[in-house]
Amino acid sequence: MLTAFALYILVIIGAGALGLYPLKRSNRQKHWPAVVIAAASVIALAYLAWSYRGISRDIVSELANWQLPFASLRAGIDPLSAFFMLPLLILAASCAFYGFRYFGSHAVDRSHWLFYSLLVSGMVMVLLARNAVLFILAWEIMSLSSFLLVIHDKKNADAMRAGWTYFVAAHVGTAFLLAMFFLLSLSAGSFDFSAWTGSQFSAGQADTVFLLALIAFGLKAGFMPFHVWLPLAHPAAPSHVSALMSGIMIKMGLYGLLRVLTYLTPFHAWWGMLLIVLGGISGLLGVLFASGQKDIKRLLAYSSVENIGIILMGLGLGITGAAYGSSTIAFFGFAGGLLHIVNHALFKGLLFLGAGAVIRQTGSGAIDRLGGLLKKMPRTGLMFFVGSAAICGLPLFNGFISELFIYVAAISGAVQPAPPLLALASMAMIAMLALIGGLALACFASVFGIVFLGMPRREMPQGAGEVPASMSWSMGLLAALCLAIGLGGLAVFPFVTRPALLFSGPAVAASRELVSLTLTISAILGGTGLAAALGAGWLMLLKRKRKAAPHVPTWDCGYAQPGPTMQYTASSFVSPIVKHFHLPLQAQETFQGDRELFPTTKWAFHSAVEDWPLTRIFAPLLRSLDRGFTLFHWFQSGKSGQYVFYIALTVFGLIIWKFFL
Amino acid sequence: MNIIACSVSPIAALALSPLLAGIINRVKAIVAGRRGQPLLQGYYDLGRLFRKGTATSSTTSWVFRTAPPVIFTATLAATCFVPFIQLRPAALFSGDVVVLLYLLGLARFFLVLSALDTGSAFAAMGASREVFFSALAEPVLFLCLLNIMRVNGTASIMKALAAPMAADSITVLLSALPLFIVLLAENARIPFDDPNTHLELTMIHEAMILDNSGPGLALVEYAAAIKLWLFSLILARILLPVPGSAPVVQLAVVVALIAVVAVVVGVVESVTARLPLLKVPQLLFAAGVIALLGFFINVTGALAW
Repeated sequence: MLTAFALYILVIIGAGALGLYPLKRSNRQKHWPAVVIAAASVIALAYLAWSYRGISRDIVSELANWQLPFASLRAGIDPLSAFFMLPLLILAASCAFYGFRYFGSHAVDRSHWLFYSLLVSGMVMVLLARNAVLFILAWEIMSLSSFLLVIHDKKNADAMRAGWTYFVAAHVGTAFLLAMFFLLSLSAGSFDFSAWTGSQFSAGQADTVFLLALIAFGLKAGFMPFHVWLPLAHPAAPSHVSALMSGIMIKMGLYGLLRVLTYLTPFHAWWGMLLIVLGGISGLLGVLFASGQKDIKRLLAYSSVENIGIILMGLGLGITGAAYGSSTIAFFGFAGGLLHIVNHALFKGLLFLGAGAVIRQTGSGAIDRLGGLLKKMPRTGLMFFVGSAAICGLPLFNGFISELFIYVAAISGAVQPAPPLLALASMAMIAMLALIGGLALACFASVFGIVFLGMPRREMPQGAGEVPASMSWSMGLLAALCLAIGLGGLAVFPFVTRPALLFSGPAVAASRELVSLTLTISAILGGTGLAAALGAGWLMLLKRKRKAAPHVPTWDCGYAQPGPTMQYTASSFVSPIVKHFHLPLQAQETFQGDRELFPTTKWAFHSAVEDWPLTRIFAPLLRSLDRGFTLFHWFQSGKSGQYVFYIALTVFGLIIWKFFL
Repeated sequence: MNIIACSVSPIAALALSPLLAGIINRVKAIVAGRRGQPLLQGYYDLGRLFRKGTATSSTTSWVFRTAPPVIFTATLAATCFVPFIQLRPAALFSGDVVVLLYLLGLARFFLVLSALDTGSAFAAMGASREVFFSALAEPVLFLCLLNIMRVNGTASIMKALAAPMAADSITVLLSALPLFIVLLAENARIPFDDPNTHLELTMIHEAMILDNSGPGLALVEYAAAIKLWLFSLILARILLPVPGSAPVVQLAVVVALIAVVAVVVGVVESVTARLPLLKVPQLLFAAGVIALLGFFINVTGALAW
């Protein structure tokens, strides 16, 4: 198993590295490593799915001897790692295959696919690492290669700025990660994960480790208020990289948190409560900020913050349930959170790929300038529709199943007679989830409706049409998986129970209920879908038989010629929401011109939802830190002589340490 | 799964739901001093629409054409989760309330998209208000149903509604009022929406379906009637004053209660005006606070009767 993954890493990095070799090739051939990466990922995925049942405990082995202090090449795979590996490999395959044709005639660095394969390998290593030093190494490979992918367009100042923000956020996270691992290893006496299992941490130690892990991994997962890099970095990267980053890389933060939690049993109830609160804030603010965005990829990035919030609420309730000794709540909380991780990887990957297709074909990601794309890009439109419906958690699609699990956990908590605190937390969570769900529906109805329906708001570029088949196939795979999980909930059931049981403890009743639940739901939803399809067919037949007037203009209340510019825009569509939630959003509107009923001068209106946590909190904070660091400038003069001096000084110091102390 | 039990509720909804609009309109007419339309006007309208041809806007795509059957089916499927008569409930599982509400969400998603598909600014304006108001109404609705489940000590709404309802619990009473407010909001009634204004600009639900015609329009209107029936049925079940009596008696009382709900809606529509759009969130918020109060009272055990 582990050797297979080592081989997988070797193959994809090898392909990426060989892609560097300059050959006079056509643009399309230049991207051959993408196909190799996709094929290798599919094979690895098939192998993993085939042997998935056999992974019941942590299978650890020392891959090779490693002469580094505290480090060992200790890798392992357990249900948790294997569970995260599934979406990782699915996305690695579909994003690579999508990227094969994504760049079109644009010149792109030859190093692109090397960084891509390094990012995938880094994530695989993060999942397999069972030693703190190895984990941090893998973590850094992942962060650095994604940073290099974000700044692919070096002429683009925005992309460079986004990359820089991401770089800082990632490394602040690593600092906390180091502190956390150091604390864990100090208490347990070893840097190997296996030594941490079953070692007794005092309550204070466990609390400290949990908080450090929350910050370190939170900066990667991107929940509020650690989300600031996300809406900058995701739009800057090429779309298949955004899909990979938003779909699975940020989930590595959640993986890290869960991994650390496995060593911190028994859980403290307040950890769960804290996660529920953080998740609620992320969920609500994430969806509100998403609604206010005008760029489709920024919107999707904020929606990731929202979904991370939903996942956090599920996991938080799971922890709380486990702490209170209710295995049903714990089981459904963890199962829902974990399944939502996979589901979000699928539909957010799909949506980013769809957004990339729109941007590639129309040259614009500004929602308010698009429209009517469903007629020009029918396949992309259909996929984007599936993704939008799935992310709203609508029945028939996968998002519904995971949100349902989280709801079931919360409802079980809310109807329990005692303890009151659990009931209140569950109730608040249900209300929050309902509000977030309603707002997400508004947000994604707006995106899909404005971009793909109605009439084009601007003249489309010449020849704008459907994307190449390989890109459609990549999206099709993800869309098919969204529907498969949505309709055949029972099939995913064994995949999610084992990792969930790791945290909830034995939950026989709950897992039995899960079977009946998924069975019933599948039956009801299947019936509904079938009936709806029959109804649609009947309506079509009816229409054909009656020879209805097929082409009439839209009824615009007596106005004879409704034009494209008269259509509603996404900004107007969400404006009641943005106006109502002014307090958390701080939307800005500026008018220019006279505000008479019949203005004589030229009129301009501008509205924007800025990320105030970034502009008002983090930016000033970092600027003052930056000023503080200028004090150390003398240390880094840029003169090579000085650096040689430093090296000599270090060597001298080491000699003294070795021989005289 | 008991197929008969599962199909009773949808069949009842199909058969009786168009009657509610007739009752509401008759009440409004009587209050206004008119004679009003026949009680069965809803059925006549549906029949007429089903026989008509359709005219479809050339702007629209498959989304617009598939929306009516999906809206209708999803709404009808949602009625499976609210027991009409006290048979052995069809599908009992924790969290069925989520399926119920999200099926309505599926219907709303398609309704809103079909409105946007026409490219009409009026339809989109209605859609924009619809998603905003229902996003605010959703938590209130969840809280009310959660209160009902908590009072009955079950995580299944079907079980809670089929159980001999503890209508004497103050929590249930404190859920009934917000539930009624949500009924008005979700079904586009005054004070949230006025289907009879002469300006499309001021409508919500009617503005969204301006471009629907013929059987498609019939399906959407039918779905709207079923939704109103569904909410009335929930209200009737939780206020049922004769728990544990014979099924026939219960049936009669539930139907009578649904009619009463329709009458109250008619009276409310006759005596109130439509709220300014900016005031709507406040009303929904107030409803949420009342439901929350019910929950707190139940959790703390204060004021237990």
